[in-house]
Amino acid sequence: MNGARNPQLGPDGRLLHLLTLEGLPAETIVSILDTAEPFASIGERDVKKVPLLRGKAVFNLFFENSTRTRTTFEIAAKRLSADVINLNIGASSTSKGETLLDTIDNLVAMNADMFVVRHAQSGAPHLIASHLHATGKPHVHVINAGDGRHGHPTQGLLDLYTIRHYKRDFRALSVAIVGDVLHSRVARSLIHGLTTLGTPDVRVIAPKTLLPARVEAMGVRVHHDMRAGLAGCDVVVMLRLQSERMKGALLPSSGEYFRHYGLTADKLALAKADAIVMHPGPMNRGVEIDSAVADGERSVILPQVTFGIAVRMAVMSMIAGGPP
Amino acid sequence: MRIAILGGRVVDPASGTDRVTPVYIADGRVAALDAEPASFHAERTIDAKGLVVAPGLVDLNARLREPGLEHKATLESELKAAVAGGVTRLACPPDTDPPLDEPGLVEMLTQRARHARRAHVHPVGALTMRLEGTTLTEMGALADAGCVAFSQGDVPIGDTQVLLRAMQYAATFGHRVWLRPQDAHLARGGVAHDGEIATRLGLPAVPACAETIALGTILALARETGVHVHLQRLSTAEGVAMVRAAKRDGLAVTCEVAAHHLHLCDIDIGWFDSLARLDPPLRGTRDRAALRAGLADGTIDLVSSDHAPVDDDGKLVPFGEAEPGATGLELLLSLTLKWAHEERVGLADALARVTSRPAALLGVPAGTIATGAAADLCIFDPAAHWRVERRALASQGRNTPFAGHELPGRVRYTLVDGAVVHEA
Repeated sequence: MNGARNPQLGPDGRLLHLLTLEGLPAETIVSILDTAEPFASIGERDVKKVPLLRGKAVFNLFFENSTRTRTTFEIAAKRLSADVINLNIGASSTSKGETLLDTIDNLVAMNADMFVVRHAQSGAPHLIASHLHATGKPHVHVINAGDGRHGHPTQGLLDLYTIRHYKRDFRALSVAIVGDVLHSRVARSLIHGLTTLGTPDVRVIAPKTLLPARVEAMGVRVHHDMRAGLAGCDVVVMLRLQSERMKGALLPSSGEYFRHYGLTADKLALAKADAIVMHPGPMNRGVEIDSAVADGERSVILPQVTFGIAVRMAVMSMIAGGPP
Repeated sequence: MRIAILGGRVVDPASGTDRVTPVYIADGRVAALDAEPASFHAERTIDAKGLVVAPGLVDLNARLREPGLEHKATLESELKAAVAGGVTRLACPPDTDPPLDEPGLVEMLTQRARHARRAHVHPVGALTMRLEGTTLTEMGALADAGCVAFSQGDVPIGDTQVLLRAMQYAATFGHRVWLRPQDAHLARGGVAHDGEIATRLGLPAVPACAETIALGTILALARETGVHVHLQRLSTAEGVAMVRAAKRDGLAVTCEVAAHHLHLCDIDIGWFDSLARLDPPLRGTRDRAALRAGLADGTIDLVSSDHAPVDDDGKLVPFGEAEPGATGLELLLSLTLKWAHEERVGLADALARVTSRPAALLGVPAGTIATGAAADLCIFDPAAHWRVERRALASQGRNTPFAGHELPGRVRYTLVDGAVVHEA
């Protein structure tokens, strides 16, 4: 309900929640990336903490299992000195008959300051944020940690951070996103981020069964032939292919998928010589990416993970850490 | 009760009447128009100056949620909503719990509805047992119990052979078959129109071909069997074109559109607004334009409310988990008038689409203001606008994507069988 406006920006343009990268002003995105820069080096210090969120209660609310994303949020919140409470709700709360918003109301009553939400349904974090506004709790913040196929804005931001780190100017880049765009929240968030920052050439490479309708309207060019799609690009972003895609007639087999859309050294050779390779993880070696590429010198997959913590610290501190 | 309705503009599409004239009512029927009958002493006079006196609206698609789904709505609440919206006669689909697949249920429902003494209720029987699409219902017995037609509700028959036989069987006895064209497989899991909005929001989509493929099958089987098919809640531009072509070829089909599809499209989902979760889904602007044009040129015969009360528990969830449907009985008149005003369609023409045309499909004498006809009337102020407020709705399901909208046309009096059952 209450879908008329996006609740993530306050009336003064301040970021109250991070629900999607769509519609976020370029300056806001750049300011998040800039804020993340100093945090990136904190991990290398002996004392890895800053007191920006001291006394704040951050609830990791994962209605869908994820170890990696939850852990990076937990590390980010702890490095900001917040108290972190992890809740792996999975399907258990619905089996108990508690609705999503009942769960939220209960946690708000425990004085939560921030929810980091992952949910299998697109739009669940919007629903929570709207509900918090409707019930007079706009000071409780929501960060979308992945909702259905819709968005994964902190992943999008860490991807942007990584690209900026290695490539600097978005306005001169060709970025190819390869794989299951249809089901990918990572792809949607990255596409919004890239187009907002002025990337002139964003390509998606996938078979027709893994592309949503009218995806061109998001500002991308569609390629079905991976070799043509990779030609001359600066950044290759591989998407994870989930094994259940082999059911439901989307793909015949992982072997056939790898044959057409797996990233191998010879396909990567068609990109620019200094092109970087990214992957949101966890990788399926031999399905979407060849080990030689994943571990190769152009892979920036592990730096992405490190940057992810810095970006999440930036988002959390900007949203809940008081005025900058 | 003898009632004199004075000074109103009587608009009766069935008879072509459109003039300011008095209407006299006695013994539940229209006693006379124009001239007061001899020795008529009105016990009540309704001042209808500035108001339109129209036949009561007839809605072919209103869920009352009884039996079995009373937590969403009850006969009492929804029939109150009906007359608040000027609807004096409605057909309810068989998708109750249990479905309307045996005569006892149908008799109980019609009896309870009669007892409520508000709008007339005509149950639509299930075409197959439990709507499972495998075994035919006893259509003869159901028709005797009061079913005016047979339908599958929102559950398509997956097995085309069963559909063929159901239509053949219905054709044998002259039963009407009402079908909403939707391919069960193509619509599986989908919650929004397959376009750039669903793509952006990451919502599982229902392609337009889910409608057109089922429509193609239904039209082919209608040709084959000769059964009269009424197509419910068309939603796509391609679907409208197919029906237009079928009618041009002389096929005896009729067709309806849900009132909300005349005004909303997938953009109205905004940021996951579950009030806009409807079945069929709100489609693109092009589809909406085609539905509006199709209704104007007669390809689409009539407008239904597609009334589907859903409680807050069904809507206060993420979009993809939300229960489809919106309350509609109280909006049918206003949404039809709004369409007519925007498309420059005359008042009588517009009212035909919610009175005489749907009444003809019920096969009962209704939907007209003629001497001797049942005095089912909707008296409304065409100039008044009202704001749709959740709290002010009579329906138990207060959820509608039109909440907060200003709509034209306010119902002042509703009469059923000559009794004033609603006034505002």
